[in-house]
Amino acid sequence: MSDLKEATPTPDAEHPETVDPTTGAVQTADTAGAYLRRSVARIRGGETGVLPVVAGLLLVSVLFQSLNDHFLTAGNLVNLLVQAAVFSLLAMGEVFALLLGEIDLSIGFVAGLSAVVMSELVSPSVGWPWWAAIAAALLACALIGILQGSLITRIGLPSFVVTLAGLLFWQGVMLRILGDGGSILIEDDTINSIGSGTLTTIGGWVVMLVIVGVYGLQTWRRDSRRRGAGLMAPPPSLTVAKIVASLVAGVLLVLLCNADRGVLVPVFGMPYVILLVFAVLALWSFVLGRLKFGRYVYAIGGNAEAARRAGINLRMIRTTAFMLCSFTAGIAGVVYASRLRSISTALDGGTLVLYSVAAAVIGGTSLFGGRGKALHGVLGGIVIAAIDNGMGLLGFSAAAKYIVTALVLLIAVSIDAIAQRKRPAGT
Amino acid sequence: MTTTAEGTASSGPAGDDELPLLRLRGVSKHFGPVQALTEVDLDIPAGQVTALAGDNGAGKSVMIKTISGIHPPDGGQMWWGGKPMRVHTPGEAAALGIETVYQDLALCDNLDIVQNMFLGRERMHRGQLNEESMENAARETLASLAVTTVRSVRQAVASLSGGQRQSVAIAKAVLWNSKLVIMDEPTAALGVAQTAMVLSLVRRLADRGHAVMIVSHNMNDVFDVADRIAVLRLGRMVAERPAAEMDRQIVVDLMTTGVSTRVAQPRPRAE
Repeated sequence: MSDLKEATPTPDAEHPETVDPTTGAVQTADTAGAYLRRSVARIRGGETGVLPVVAGLLLVSVLFQSLNDHFLTAGNLVNLLVQAAVFSLLAMGEVFALLLGEIDLSIGFVAGLSAVVMSELVSPSVGWPWWAAIAAALLACALIGILQGSLITRIGLPSFVVTLAGLLFWQGVMLRILGDGGSILIEDDTINSIGSGTLTTIGGWVVMLVIVGVYGLQTWRRDSRRRGAGLMAPPPSLTVAKIVASLVAGVLLVLLCNADRGVLVPVFGMPYVILLVFAVLALWSFVLGRLKFGRYVYAIGGNAEAARRAGINLRMIRTTAFMLCSFTAGIAGVVYASRLRSISTALDGGTLVLYSVAAAVIGGTSLFGGRGKALHGVLGGIVIAAIDNGMGLLGFSAAAKYIVTALVLLIAVSIDAIAQRKRPAGT
Repeated sequence: MTTTAEGTASSGPAGDDELPLLRLRGVSKHFGPVQALTEVDLDIPAGQVTALAGDNGAGKSVMIKTISGIHPPDGGQMWWGGKPMRVHTPGEAAALGIETVYQDLALCDNLDIVQNMFLGRERMHRGQLNEESMENAARETLASLAVTTVRSVRQAVASLSGGQRQSVAIAKAVLWNSKLVIMDEPTAALGVAQTAMVLSLVRRLADRGHAVMIVSHNMNDVFDVADRIAVLRLGRMVAERPAAEMDRQIVVDLMTTGVSTRVAQPRPRAE
């Protein structure tokens, strides 16, 4: 292209990959090998992505399977995914706060409040239809997020303190609504089926094929368009491999779900909860990856001053992120109550929120802000559910589960911190 | 006083016939009792690099911020392309074509080059980010500036060297059809090779017709790239001349001892 490269070795010659002598300045689509090599270089450079959590999941699976061969049965795996749903949803909410470099400690009890509001409104004494009750619960959560976000951005209070106050306050409100009885039963069939209902076997296949089809078509069209325009894109073989991999994963998931996992009566089919988690994952991935709002969330987490100078409305973006965080917690609360078919004072929002932060971080989201994805929340949630589930199968007590989860969290944060140090220019 | 002594007399009409891109006359700025700029005159012509020299506290930063709309002046006049100019916000300055590259570069390490270059001004397509269009434009801009050392425009800024980061920040400023690019200490944190790279980039900007104003302490850099040198001391413009009529010693004297002694006895010396 041009001979105006740096003539002499640069002071930071420890990153030799910054100058590519073979292809010149800007690389575009190339062979699968080169593309993979670059991914490996990126990982070694500290951008580990989902690799640690996937490796961790494999490790946990092998470990538990070797100790108890019930762990990897279809029934247990599907149960595990359903158990993970609440953690995954909460963690996806937490990702919004963590991306800003903030934290939201209130979402455990915000989820609890959502569950209580929905259960109360749908109870026979109030008698709202199920959809109105859910909408009201989610709206309440969004408003809570706006309130907390406004306190953080307008008054400039630390998110840690505001949401810690939120943790106590919304717990109080929840207990107040639950009153003396301490629990509300949910008798609405639609709401209860969110947590325990399933698709038919055929329905599972159809839904899976539609999702994989849409995903595959989009991926293929995007990658080939980028290749055509001469932009950075994976080679066709990798695009195809990605689509095939998603199809295989989809087939496996449907096979798992369609296997009979009942104990006394046959139970099979894709649980709605799994679809719900996928839907929220797709939605938030879209919001964070394709919209201006998402880009600005990352920018604020990376360098708030740069974002401010670029003319971004920090208050608005931050408040909206806290709103989406609480809103997602509201969805988690609906799922939680629906699975239990009731809501009671037994809901431990403190543990839930700590698990959600842990799940997001275990999944690969950075506590330092600016790095993370909705997917990380889902994967981290599955890890936490796997530890819980596997240790439960092995007959360990709650005490042991907490200790192991804590260790896994420490490992995940260490990976994040070490990767952080390896990132060249530092953040 | 300063105004009568130097600024207007030597460079205003003498330089070239056409009006400069940006002209300041009698610009003042104070913060409470502190007079940061006192009746400053300055011309910034297109296609040239104007270096602004001055010791710490001379008012260089305030000067930059006045031009880029962060601190609008209290008094005096500014003309942009011959028309009176009034900017009160960085946005208004940017709309005119004034872009500033601050010393901290204001880049997000976690975002890639394209995302940084378009931050705050993303191109959209049916409500979604138009990545292809932005990536193409970013690559074209970098190529047009002969910034060829970056491996890919999709790599995170965190993985770039100091000189590359500076180049990205400059390319970001150029992307917006800017007419005047102001740079605050562009080489302060760089090694020798990286400094040379950035200075040659500064030179190319001017050759492409941009007006460039660079603020620097470093006399080597100033004499390397500048066509014109303006010296501030304690908020006053003590000299503003073609670089060929100056040398290091004159500039240092102007920066430190000020107006009267050195300027009274003009010594045009070529390098």
